[in-house]
Amino acid sequence: MNDLLVANSVSKNFGNFKALNEVSIAVPKGSIFGLLGPNGAGKTTLIRIINQITMPDTGSVLLDGQPLKTEHIRDIGYLPEERGLYKSMKVGEQCLYLAQLKGLTKTEAKNRLKYWFDKLDIGDWWNKKIQELSKGQAQKIQFIVTVLHQPKLLIFDEPFSGFDPINANLIKDEILQLRDEGATVIFSTHRMESVEELCDHIALIHKSNKILDGRLNDIKRQYKTNTFEVGMASLQPDKVCAEIREKFEVLPATFKNLNDDIKLNIKIDQQTSPNDLLSFLTSKAEVHHFMEVIPSASDIFIQTIKNN
Amino acid sequence: MNHLPLIVKREYITKVRNKSFIIMTFLSPLIMIALIAVVAYLSQLNNEKQRSISILDETGYLSEVFEDTEHTNYTYLNGLSLEDATTLVKEKDDYGLLYIAKANSLDDVEGHVKFYSEDSPSLSIISGLERQIEKRLKEKKLELDGVTMAQIEASQTDIEIAQESFDGQKSSKIDNIVKLAFGGAAGYLLFMFIIIYGNMIMRSVIEEKTSRIIEVIISSVKPIQLMMGKIIGTSLAGITQFIIWVILGGVLLFVVSAIFGIDLGQVQSPQQEMVNQAMQAEGPQVMAENLITAISNLPLANLIVAFLFFFIGGYLLYSSLYAAIGAAVDNETDTQQFMLPILMPLILAVYVGVFTVIEDPHGTVSTVFSFIPLTSPVVMLMRIPFGVPVWQQILSLVLLIGTFVLAVWFAAKIYRVGILMYGKKPSYKEIFKWLKY
Repeated sequence: MNDLLVANSVSKNFGNFKALNEVSIAVPKGSIFGLLGPNGAGKTTLIRIINQITMPDTGSVLLDGQPLKTEHIRDIGYLPEERGLYKSMKVGEQCLYLAQLKGLTKTEAKNRLKYWFDKLDIGDWWNKKIQELSKGQAQKIQFIVTVLHQPKLLIFDEPFSGFDPINANLIKDEILQLRDEGATVIFSTHRMESVEELCDHIALIHKSNKILDGRLNDIKRQYKTNTFEVGMASLQPDKVCAEIREKFEVLPATFKNLNDDIKLNIKIDQQTSPNDLLSFLTSKAEVHHFMEVIPSASDIFIQTIKNN
Repeated sequence: MNHLPLIVKREYITKVRNKSFIIMTFLSPLIMIALIAVVAYLSQLNNEKQRSISILDETGYLSEVFEDTEHTNYTYLNGLSLEDATTLVKEKDDYGLLYIAKANSLDDVEGHVKFYSEDSPSLSIISGLERQIEKRLKEKKLELDGVTMAQIEASQTDIEIAQESFDGQKSSKIDNIVKLAFGGAAGYLLFMFIIIYGNMIMRSVIEEKTSRIIEVIISSVKPIQLMMGKIIGTSLAGITQFIIWVILGGVLLFVVSAIFGIDLGQVQSPQQEMVNQAMQAEGPQVMAENLITAISNLPLANLIVAFLFFFIGGYLLYSSLYAAIGAAVDNETDTQQFMLPILMPLILAVYVGVFTVIEDPHGTVSTVFSFIPLTSPVVMLMRIPFGVPVWQQILSLVLLIGTFVLAVWFAAKIYRVGILMYGKKPSYKEIFKWLKY
């Protein structure tokens, strides 16, 4: 039982509109799971089902092997994309209220809040009203409220929107630390660079269907094309290029490099090993740069969606 | 996990701490009392003014008819011509001149009475004069026919019908008026309460939507818990406000009337006037006694219990509808189209209460409307002082509670879907679809 959360062919209709069609995902314990997809794909609906805000029409969701029930609210921390706080309420009171709704006692909540307020260095906000804070500051409060009850499962929907790079980094580090402390994170975003940085697993939802999922590295391996980016120096670049073209499939390459005359993307077939290519190249010219082209999450995202 | 007390507490505290709520709580009674004081003062001012009216009677029929009263002096100008009289009245700056031209016979006087004045005279003065002239002429005519003054006086009768129900319960006109006052006050209180605090609930639901906190909350508590928490919290805040109003209003009224010596009894509501009319013939002692018997004749226990149940039931029913509207829309301007179906039955109830229950508290219309759940709280509260059979009250209450449960279910459905819908102005069709989600 290594998966914290399992969704089994979950479907949801809103009238005639199919928001989710037989979507299954498995989120391994202690992983950061990227839930990706274009706008309106059905990510938020799936997240709301996990949070028991809406019920699935068919299919089931298991948390820690048990079907979802009301008590599980304690085990989940959810930072929705549409977020906000009571504007005219004071920061401290609001945090206490929301923490108590999650089942913490008042003293418990106070102690933990003190820890977090010290950690993020915002102790003097306690008696301020939310409307006196900036958007980014309010986001910090919201983050604290989400993680305060130490849930097993954390769900972040676009957690970095509204943060400047410094605070985004701060939050990213906190997320990683929470993962290290044993929390499992579901992470929904459009920002592919943060997926690259954070996620070990991803699932891609498009037009209500799941079209791709698995370990990010496995998927990358699956999507790689055996292409190598090569930079070489030679006295007769044209001749070398022609010789390479004879043997391999060659695409133009654009990467920044100091002084290479020849920049190429070379694709090799299954029988050829990277070493074969390298030894061929060294026999022709001086190799300065040799790297396998690995598809970025962004490339995979765009490519998969185009193919569907 | 039951978070209801927590939500109720938050709603209550936020409402009570709200600046505009505090201001309204303390300012409203001040404004009300100030208004009453001003009206009382003005009407006193008006009454204190002395008016002089001169009378030129060329017929002689009306001598000694008009006697000076507290506010009006009458002067008979005898033997002057009309022109001289007019000049004199103008010089004296009198209110007006009543002129009765020479007539051939008593019957002829009718067309010969005129009133001259600077400005057009007030209606009450003219009709007062008319009444006195008519009375005198009638007496004169009867005298001509050979009836003596003594006979006329002896023929005056004053009938008061004593009322008694078949099972021996005595009642009087004043009883009915007291019943009306009690029923009307209860019904009207409920009406006001629903309108003021129903709106407050609606606004607080909308606020949760616009501040986008709803999704965070809803991932922790069930929508129906949140809704009930809001309704209860807001109601408690409302009751607090009401109690402060009553206490503050009472104290202020006492203080103001003590300081300015204004007799607030002069500012009378129509009901009070009716009470006064009914008691005209009797002395103040009897009046007070009658009033006390009338109140003690009311089914007080029934009244209080029924008031509690119907008030709570009716209020909860309407507030769940208000909460549903709040959940369905994005901002307050969009609420208009949904308000009408709520306000219609409420206003209808008050109209039925005012026009039908007074006329016939146990008639078909009153009875039917006291069973229809959306109108029953107001209408039934108005009917109960007149004595409604217990089975009717219970049946009506059961219907009310049944409808309330249905309304909560309906509102919770809309709430569930509506609170997460943004940016779309929903139509009735849309909302109907939500019920099936």
